[in-house]
Amino acid sequence: MPAIPLSKAPQPSKTDPAQIRNFCIIAHIDHGKSTLADRMLGITGVVDARNMREQYLDRMDIERERGITIKSQAVRLPWQSGLDGKDYILNMIDTPGHVDFTYEVSRSLAACEGAILLVDCAQGIEAQTLANLYLAMENDLTIIPVLNKIDLPAAQPEKFAEELAKLVGCKPEDCLRVSGKTGAGVEELLDQIVAQIPAPKGSADAPPRALIFDSVYDTYRGVVTYVRVFDGQLTPREQIQMVSTGVRHELLDIGVISPEPVSSKGIGVGEVGYLITGVKDVRLSRVGDTVTSYHNPAKQALSGYKDPKPMVFSGLYPIDGDDYPILRDALDKLQLNDAALVYEPETSVALGFGFRCGFLGLLHMEIVRERLEREFNLSLISTAPNVVYRVFLEDGSEKIVTNPSEYPDGKVAKVFEPIVKATILSPSDYIGTIMELCQSRRGTLGGMDYLSEDRVEIRYTLPLAEIVFDFFDQLKSRTKGYASLDYEPIGEAEGDLVKVDILLQGDTVDAFSSIVHREKAYPYGVMMTTKLRELIPRQQFEVPIQAAIGAKIIARENIRAIRKDVLAKCYGGDISRKRKLLEKQKEGKKRMKMVGRVEVPQEAFIAALSTNSDGESGKTKK
Amino acid sequence: MAKVERPRSSATSALSFYIHIPYCSKRCGYCDFNTYTPKELGTADLALITTPYVDSAINEIELAKHQVGQAIVPTIFFGGGTPSLMPSGEIARLISSVRENFEISSEIEVTLEANPDTITEKYLSEIFAAGVNRLSMGMQSAVSHVLAALDRTHDPANVKQACEIAKRVGFKHLSVDLIYGVPGESIADWQTSYETAFSLPIDHISAYALIVETGTKLAAQVKRGELVMPSDDETAEKYLAFDGAAERAGFAWYELSNWAKPGGHCRHNIAYWNGSYWWGIGPGAHSYLNGRRWWNVKHPTTYQSAISGGQSPEANSELLSEENMRAEFIMLQIRMKEGIELARLDSRECEQAKSFRDSGHIDGEQWHSGRLVLTPRGRLIADRIVREMLV
Repeated sequence: MPAIPLSKAPQPSKTDPAQIRNFCIIAHIDHGKSTLADRMLGITGVVDARNMREQYLDRMDIERERGITIKSQAVRLPWQSGLDGKDYILNMIDTPGHVDFTYEVSRSLAACEGAILLVDCAQGIEAQTLANLYLAMENDLTIIPVLNKIDLPAAQPEKFAEELAKLVGCKPEDCLRVSGKTGAGVEELLDQIVAQIPAPKGSADAPPRALIFDSVYDTYRGVVTYVRVFDGQLTPREQIQMVSTGVRHELLDIGVISPEPVSSKGIGVGEVGYLITGVKDVRLSRVGDTVTSYHNPAKQALSGYKDPKPMVFSGLYPIDGDDYPILRDALDKLQLNDAALVYEPETSVALGFGFRCGFLGLLHMEIVRERLEREFNLSLISTAPNVVYRVFLEDGSEKIVTNPSEYPDGKVAKVFEPIVKATILSPSDYIGTIMELCQSRRGTLGGMDYLSEDRVEIRYTLPLAEIVFDFFDQLKSRTKGYASLDYEPIGEAEGDLVKVDILLQGDTVDAFSSIVHREKAYPYGVMMTTKLRELIPRQQFEVPIQAAIGAKIIARENIRAIRKDVLAKCYGGDISRKRKLLEKQKEGKKRMKMVGRVEVPQEAFIAALSTNSDGESGKTKK
Repeated sequence: MAKVERPRSSATSALSFYIHIPYCSKRCGYCDFNTYTPKELGTADLALITTPYVDSAINEIELAKHQVGQAIVPTIFFGGGTPSLMPSGEIARLISSVRENFEISSEIEVTLEANPDTITEKYLSEIFAAGVNRLSMGMQSAVSHVLAALDRTHDPANVKQACEIAKRVGFKHLSVDLIYGVPGESIADWQTSYETAFSLPIDHISAYALIVETGTKLAAQVKRGELVMPSDDETAEKYLAFDGAAERAGFAWYELSNWAKPGGHCRHNIAYWNGSYWWGIGPGAHSYLNGRRWWNVKHPTTYQSAISGGQSPEANSELLSEENMRAEFIMLQIRMKEGIELARLDSRECEQAKSFRDSGHIDGEQWHSGRLVLTPRGRLIADRIVREMLV
């Protein structure tokens, strides 16, 4: 029996690095990572069958529902190798599985020596998985290719073994075959982790250096920081210091997760565990930062630390203006647990008081919005997402624009916009339509490779702004859902950009202003004015809807004045009913926003601001 | 909360009567009124049920007397249903009952809604003798295909004949109802209808834009796409065309959907709009007295069994708060030619109204002399204006 009772397993702070294996699992969202992790918890005996529940490690409701892992965790698994009969400690470091969290993924990878590349053998590898695989290879991790779901009738292990072998540079027969669901092959996988992944190296006597790969806010304990120790040892009650921020804390608690937190006498070289300092804000304990001893500090931080940088911005407004303070408190609370979320108050003429929020990407934005609505019971309107622009005026001054309505009206000399490198994996049938989409979005082809006979990897450089505007939905619909997308920021480029304003009866509706490529200005103007004509009900006067670049009108529609809004009859029996109808209409009236003299229903704002018809649902696991 | 006065049982000076006749020989496709056909009631002949029904109605008139005490009755209105289906003797019994229980104004207006297809000179003479002095006839349209769309089968010529008979009998006040905005009705069709009405010996016209009421045959036909409702814009055009033509023909507008020659106004309906008191007799009828409104149980059978069991037929009621009364005042008064005295509006309401004056929906000259009066275009959006002022 290869599981070891916890009491007999090597203990934290007393484990020889040679007995440790640190690994993570790289997988696409529905390729069965959580099920495999559950199975590993069961087989190694750290969770008994009685306490097992599905997706044990995914903590938040949203994670469990959407089937995606937002926050990673690390679990210490004792394991007796079936190959050499020795005891080992396997630290499984869970990684977030989405494009927006590339940096967090890279820090999780940096905490490991090896990675399991887990692929559903009915579906094949996806773009995000590929991106993370490349990231792991760049970090010199040992890759163990694993085909999951071999129990499925639609499984094609031979086909996808070839694909994986080609990517990883091994032989197809080196790919392990497992089923997280039935447990088949999982023990062998644990043995192979021991056999193939190198043990961590480090100096036990050097000043301590530990990498923060995750940081989570807990209501009861404050911030829980997850670290991997590279050198030295961290011990309870010790004064520690964060290298980048210079903040000093006392270690109130230190321990390992197995899979519930267990306090220990410390953690040493190669080990993975948690730290608690009583800090209440994750921004004081940043992912990628190095923890060292205050009294015996390391001279050099571990490499790779970056400040999280918001890439996508959107205005969030409460539908009921009275909810503004609740929204403010809610954002404050979310930020405790999300160092990447930034926001500042913003006022919109059309939408009232709200916040301009910065996110890592579209999914991050969606998750934050969903948490605000669900956990704080808020109803929100969000403006169309936009990117950050660096605008140089003719007088040489520079302005950073995160809200299109703040785009300078004066003489603009140059504008720079963020550029990403996008990787799209797709069946080769769709190459034509994908290239057409990317070209229409100002993309430049970077290259194309066949992963197998009928699957292709296409690389494009694109302005991020083009991706935040319904690109993913377009890609999915053009490829019947088969293509997958990954992108990473690679800098900025000058763009021929203009701001298009939308005017209702001559008044600019700030929430509808958009920065677009000059060639897209006219179609955007026509699209918005047409959409608004359909969405805004007729008023007592005619309402012109115009799209304009500066003072130049580029598109125009009219909402004709209402001609009839009266019921012909009102006799004795009708009076009560009519009065009660009036009282009922008070509620409807509340959902109207005034833009100048024009009444615009909330629904019109929501519909006009959404970039697609049914909301982004392509990434939700059913 | 505004203080509400409890209904008092005396000191009511005027009390109008609405008497509901809940029977029709056939239900028209657009109608959602509280009316029943012999088939629906499971009887072969309405004559078998009218006498017991009128007995119950008379009991309710006595109940009104018991509750209200003394009152002068300025108007009685027989509505339906099809009141002209009632034998003249039953109409006479009902009028007599009101006379016996209340003081009758010397100028009393007694209106009866009549179906021009079925009335005879004999019938009209008898009800005229009983005290009915005003007839309101359902003409709807003078164009056959429009009548067909409304599920009405009468010959348009019957209306003219009925009016002539009524005149001969001695009726001074005759009114016709017209309906416009019917599926398939052209502007020219509508013009034919109202020009025909103008040529009749009448002093009053009600012209209603067709309302598609849920649950009617018409609603089902529209939903299935068999009939297509004209656009609101076209219906608005028809209203304006009619209003102009009616004025030229001597019918002056006095309420949103009502026009009259001098002295031809329907005083009964004006009583509703002015917030006067009225008692509605019969199933489903509404009543209003001293800030309290109530309405009777809907079905004739339930109504009659309540009455015969010595119980009130009241189904439900509401006490109107100050705020309710104010809302109703604005809602009703704005539909009328006299409009609303500006002094009675608060500053917010005035502000809202002003924007409609600026957009040409409220008459500028009248405003200047202190009154809010809708222009023809304003009448067409009266509900919106009320909403903006009150909500």
